[in-house]
Amino acid sequence: MSDGFNLIGKARRRVDGRSKVTAGTDFADDLSLPRMLHCKLLRSPHPHARVKSVDASKAEAHPGVHLVMDWTDLPIEFGILPVSQDEQGLTEIARFAGDPVAAVIAEDELTAFEALDLIDVDYEVLPVIAEPTDSLENPEPRIHDYGEEGNIHKRVSLRFGDVDGALEGADEVFDDIFFFQGNTHLPMEQHASLAAVDPQGKLTLWSSTQTPHYVHRALARVMEMDPAHIRVVAQPNGGGFGGKSDVFNHEMVVCKAARVLGRPVKIALTREEVFYCHRGRHPVLMRFRTGVTKSGKITGTKLQTLVDGGAYGSYGVASLFYTGALQTVTYDLPRYQFQGCRVFTNKAPCGPKRGHGTVQPRFGQEIQLDKIAHKLELDPAEMRLNMLAKPNSLTANYLRIGSIGLGECIERVVKASGWNERYRNLPDGKGLGLACGSYLCGAGVAIYWNDMPHSGVQLQVDRSGSVTVFCGCTEIGQGSDDVLVGFVAEVLGIEPFDVRCVTGDTGMTPVDLGSYSSRVTMMMGNAAIQAAERMREQIATAVAKELEVPAGRLVFANRRVFDAQDPEKGMPFRKAVNRAEAMLGTLGSTGSYAPPRTAARFKGGGVGPSPAYSYTAAVVEVDVDRTTGWISVPKVWVAHDIGRTLNPVLARGQVEGSVYMGLGEALMEEQVYRKFPSKLSGAYVHKEPSMLEYKSPTALDMPEVFTELVEDPDPNGPMGAKEVGQGPLLPIMPAVANAVFDAVGVRVDEVPITPEKILRALDRKAKGEEGRYGPESFPEVRWPEPLEVPPPWDGGDGRAVNDPDRKRAAKLAEVKSS
Amino acid sequence: MMRLPRFRYLAPTTTQEVAEVLASEGPDAMVVAGGTDLLPNMKRRQQTPKTVVGLKGVAALRESQNGTGLRLGAGLTLTEIGEDPRVREHYGALHQAAVQVASPHLRNMATLGGNICLDTRCNYYDQNYEWRKSINFCMKKEGETCWVAPASKRCLAVSSTDTAPALIALGAKVHLLAARESRELSLEELYNNDGISYLTRRPHELLTRVELPDATGWKSTYWKLRRRGSFDFPVLGVAAAVKFDAGGGVADARIVLGAVASSPIVVSEAAEMLVGKELTDGVIEEAAEKAGRKAKPMDNTDFVLHWRKRVAQSFVGYALRELRGDDMSETRWNTAKIRFGD
Ligand SMILES: Cc1cc2nc3c(=O)[nH]c(=O)nc-3n(C[C@H](O)[C@H](O)[C@H](O)COP(=O)(O)OP(=O)(O)OC[C@H]3O[C@@H](n4cnc5c(N)ncnc54)[C@H](O)[C@@H]3O)c2cc1C
Ligand code: SF4
Repeated sequence: MSDGFNLIGKARRRVDGRSKVTAGTDFADDLSLPRMLHCKLLRSPHPHARVKSVDASKAEAHPGVHLVMDWTDLPIEFGILPVSQDEQGLTEIARFAGDPVAAVIAEDELTAFEALDLIDVDYEVLPVIAEPTDSLENPEPRIHDYGEEGNIHKRVSLRFGDVDGALEGADEVFDDIFFFQGNTHLPMEQHASLAAVDPQGKLTLWSSTQTPHYVHRALARVMEMDPAHIRVVAQPNGGGFGGKSDVFNHEMVVCKAARVLGRPVKIALTREEVFYCHRGRHPVLMRFRTGVTKSGKITGTKLQTLVDGGAYGSYGVASLFYTGALQTVTYDLPRYQFQGCRVFTNKAPCGPKRGHGTVQPRFGQEIQLDKIAHKLELDPAEMRLNMLAKPNSLTANYLRIGSIGLGECIERVVKASGWNERYRNLPDGKGLGLACGSYLCGAGVAIYWNDMPHSGVQLQVDRSGSVTVFCGCTEIGQGSDDVLVGFVAEVLGIEPFDVRCVTGDTGMTPVDLGSYSSRVTMMMGNAAIQAAERMREQIATAVAKELEVPAGRLVFANRRVFDAQDPEKGMPFRKAVNRAEAMLGTLGSTGSYAPPRTAARFKGGGVGPSPAYSYTAAVVEVDVDRTTGWISVPKVWVAHDIGRTLNPVLARGQVEGSVYMGLGEALMEEQVYRKFPSKLSGAYVHKEPSMLEYKSPTALDMPEVFTELVEDPDPNGPMGAKEVGQGPLLPIMPAVANAVFDAVGVRVDEVPITPEKILRALDRKAKGEEGRYGPESFPEVRWPEPLEVPPPWDGGDGRAVNDPDRKRAAKLAEVKSS
Repeated sequence: MMRLPRFRYLAPTTTQEVAEVLASEGPDAMVVAGGTDLLPNMKRRQQTPKTVVGLKGVAALRESQNGTGLRLGAGLTLTEIGEDPRVREHYGALHQAAVQVASPHLRNMATLGGNICLDTRCNYYDQNYEWRKSINFCMKKEGETCWVAPASKRCLAVSSTDTAPALIALGAKVHLLAARESRELSLEELYNNDGISYLTRRPHELLTRVELPDATGWKSTYWKLRRRGSFDFPVLGVAAAVKFDAGGGVADARIVLGAVASSPIVVSEAAEMLVGKELTDGVIEEAAEKAGRKAKPMDNTDFVLHWRKRVAQSFVGYALRELRGDDMSETRWNTAKIRFGD
C-alpha cells in the first residue's frame, strides 16, 4: 500500500544494510584507540557472599597490570529505575555467581585474565536463596536491604470492578496455573565498552547500549561528574532485544579506570559474561481464574503472578506491573483483578526481554482461552472474534486503545492456514494452534519522572542538498536509522541516500529515551516528521516566493519542489535549499514528541498506557511423535496489525525474527541454574552459559513462515504506523502449546515445551490421569489490600477509591482548609 | 573474548617429523588438526598443552586411496569426507555421520582424525575456567569429584564423536605412527570406556589414516539425536550396517551406539540376533529393544536422562527400518532436519 507516498510502504534496502553485511559497521568491540588498555572482571564464584577484603598485591605486581579495583573504588549505587538503585560497578555483596567483585586493567586481555587468578578475595559466604519459594519462605538473609520485606521486592494488588461477583455470576469458571521459564536475549554481539578521558578531563563512553541517555545519567551519578562533561555514544548494537537497555557495571568500571589511568580502557565481554548480565525474561508462575458465559464471553479474570527477579531490581518493578497490564487490550474484559509479586533470588538479574513482562501472562491467557473453547465446544478463532476489544475505547484498567486490526489478523491466518478445514481434522500427531497478542507502541511514561519530550530530532540542511538528521535513538539492528531517514526523506521528497543520520550520541544528538518498549518508530517517528515538516515549511516559503505560487500548492517529490498544478514549474531540491538559505539564513529545524496524557490515575497506572497498541494473530502447525514426544514445527502463519508499513522488508524481518525467537522460547530456551550438594560444594551456577548448550534454534530449525501485514492506521502513529518489533512474538508460544493439544490431546502448560514433557503428559493420559504437564500449585503470598479502581462503565474516573496516600492527601487538604 | 593460554607452536611437514617431535616433547605436547575441539578447550583451560604441534602442513595426512576398500588420511576435512562420492556410495553411515557433525563452517576446518580423537564431553566440564572454578572443578581436570556421580571412581564424560560409531560399524581400522614402532588396530580398540583416558592411543602416537574394508553387499546408516538441526553434538548416535544375503535375509550386521558412554558401544547381541533373519517389524523391535537396553546415558548432556534412555530404542528402530528399505525421510527430517538421497 503506498497511498501516494514517495517511499512509505515500498520495499527498499535498509540504509545501513550494505555496511552491516560488508563489515563496515563499527560495533563497540571494533573500536581501538592509541594507548588503549584492556579490562577483565573477577566474578564471584559464590551465589551469595559478602566481600570482606580484596588483596590485590600479587595481581598488581604481575607484569603488564596497570590497575586493580574493587567496590571501594566504585561505591556509589546505580540502577535503571529510580526506585531500584541497587547495583555497584564492583560489588561489596555478591548476589549471584558471576557478580563482579574486582577488575584488572592491563596491557592486553590475556595478561588481565591471568592476573584475575592472582587476586585474593576473602568472602563471607551467605545462605543461598535459590528459587522464588525460598524467597517467600526465608526473609533472611535478605539479598537486598530494600524492597517490601524479606526477599520480596515488590507486591501489587489492583482490582477493577467486582470481579468476585463476575466469577460467581459466570456459567463456568476456569482455574489454571501456568509457568513460563526464564530465557535470555542471546544477541549476536557481546557487550563491549570503551572509555576515554580527553586532556581537559571530559569523559566519553562508547558502548553497546540501547539507552545512552540513561547510561549518561547514571554515569554522572557514579562518577560524581557534571553530566555536561560526559558523552555517551551508543555504537550500533549487534542485537539488543532488551539485553542492553540497563546500565551495566562494566560501563562504570571502564569509565572509572580511564579516569584513574588517563588512558583509554576497553572491555569486551565473553559470551558467559553476557549470560551473567542477563536482564532477560523473568520466570513467572501464574494463576488465571476466568469466568465465562456459555456463549464464550468473559465475565471477569483474576490473575496472580509470582515473578522471579534474580539478584537485582533492574526494570523489575515495571516488569512486574507489565505481567498484569495488557490482558485487557485484546478481548472484552469487564472485571479484572491483578495481584503480582516479584522476589529476589541469587541468580543473574532478570529484566526486559522482547515483549517485556507481557509475554508470560499472554502465554497463560491464550492457552486458557483454548481450554475454554474446547470445553464449551466453540471454535477458538470464532470465540476470539466474538470477544474482541473495541477500537477507540478505554479498558477496565484505563488503557486507551486506538485502532485494532486484530479481527482482520485472525481472519487472515485462519484463511491462509486452512484453519476451518484442518483444525481438529488433521491426522493423529499433527495439529494446529491459534493464539493472539498485543503490544505497546512505546511506554507512555519515562523511566524517571520529567515533563520533557521523550524523543527529539534536529535537522540540518546543507547547501549541497544533503540533509543531516540528529536523534538520540539507537540503532540496535531493528532498523531505527532506516525509519528515521525514511520519514525525513519522505517529507522532503528526497532519496534516503541524500540523508545522513547521526544517532545515539548524548554529546551530539537531542535526547531520545532509547530503544525499548517499541517506542522508537512511534516517538522518534513523530518527532522526525515534525522536524521535517518544519523544514519543508521553511523551504516552501522561499520557493513559493521565487516561483510566485502559494506555498500550500508546492509538492516535494523526486528531489524536486514543484507546483502541484503545473509540475513543470519547480526546481531541484538543492536549488530550493539554496533559495531558502539565502532568504532565511542557515537552515535548521527541530521536532519532538511526548505521548498523550494517560487516563489511569491510580498508583501503578503508569505501566501499560501507550500511544497505540499493535495486534498479532498466529497459527502454528506442529508434528508430534507419540512414541518419543519429539515435536517439530513445519509451518507458521502470522498476521500483524502494524498500522502502516514503512519499509516492508524491515517489517517482515521483525515479524519473522519474532517467530524465530518465539519458537526458541516455546521449544527449547531456558535460563536455568544448577545447585550442587551443599556438603560437597554449595555452588549455584548458571547451568549452561554458552551458545552451544543454551539451546536456541538454528536457521535449519526455522519453519516456513507465512507473514501478512495488516494496516489499520492509528491516529497517534507517525503516518499511522504502529510497532512491529515485539508484538509478533507474543502469540507464538501459546499457539505452539495449543497446537500440541490439537495434535495429541495433551496440555503442556509451561515453556519450554520439550519432547520429554509431552511424553510425560501422554503417559499420564494413558494411565487415565489428566493429560497435562505443568505446575500444580501457586504458593501462598500475603497480598496487600487491593487498590479499588472502578472501571469506566462503573462510573470510575481512573482513580483508586481506597488509595491510602490519596486519602491522606485529601485529609491534609481538609485540615488545611478548615 | 576468551584468550588462548601461552604455548609453543611447532609446524612439522612430514608424519615422521611429527612422530619425532611427539617422542621428544612427551605428554605436554598435543597435536592440532582443525583445532575445532582443541582450541576452544584451550580457551576454557580444559586442555593446556605446553607445546602444540600443527598438522596443517603435513601433506601425507590429506591423502586418500582406493584399494580393496578405502584408505582415508586423518587430515581430510569432514567437508571433504562428506563430499567424497566413494564414501557416499559405499560407506553411507560415514557420509551421514560426517555431514551431521557440527555446522558447515566447523566441518570446513574439522578433520577426520580430530573427530576420532575428540575429547569426551560433559556439561560440568565443557565450561570456562571461572565456571569450573566456582564448582571446585571435577575429576577430569584439576578437581577430585565427579559431579555426575560423586561416588564414581571414574570419569563418565561422554564420547561424542559422530564418525566413530559409523566407522566402527563399517569395520574400520586405524593406523598409529610412532617414532619407533607403528601399529594398526581396529577402531573399536582405540577406545576405552573412561572419560579421562578415553583413547588407547599413547601420547607419542600420531593417527595417520583410517582403513575401510570392502563394503560390497553392505548397507549402512547413521542416525543422530540432537536438539537442533545443526551445530549440536550427538546425545545419541546409532550406526547400523547390514549385509544382506541373496534372499533378502541378514547375513551379517553391526550396530554401534554413540554418546551413551565414554566410548562408542558395540551392541553385538542385537546385531547377532538379526543374522539369518529377515528384518520384519517384530525382529526390528526385538533388536531395537536389546540395543536400547545397552544405552546407559548419564545426566551430563543435553536433554533429560530418562528420556534419552527411552528413545534410544526408537532410534535403533529407525535405523533398521531404513536399512530394510522403508522411507524414513520424514522422520529423518523432523528429527535431524536433513534429507539424504535426493
Ligand atoms: C560448536 C561445535 C559443535 C560441534 N559439534 C560436533 C558434532 O556434532 N559431532 C562431532 O563429532 N564433533 C563436533 N564438534 C567437535 C569437532 O568440531 C569435531 O569433532 C572435529 O572433527 C574435530 O576435528 P579437528 O580436526 O578440528 O580436531 P582438533 O581440535 O584439531 O583435535 C581434536 C583432538 O584430536 C587430537 N588429534 C587431532 N588429529 C590427530 C591425529 N592425527 N592424531 C592424533 N590425535 C589427533 C588433538 O590433539 C585433539 O585432542 C563440534 C565442535 C564445536 C566447536
Ligand atoms: S563425568 Fe564427572 S569427572 Fe567426568 S567430566 Fe563430568 S563431572 Fe567431570
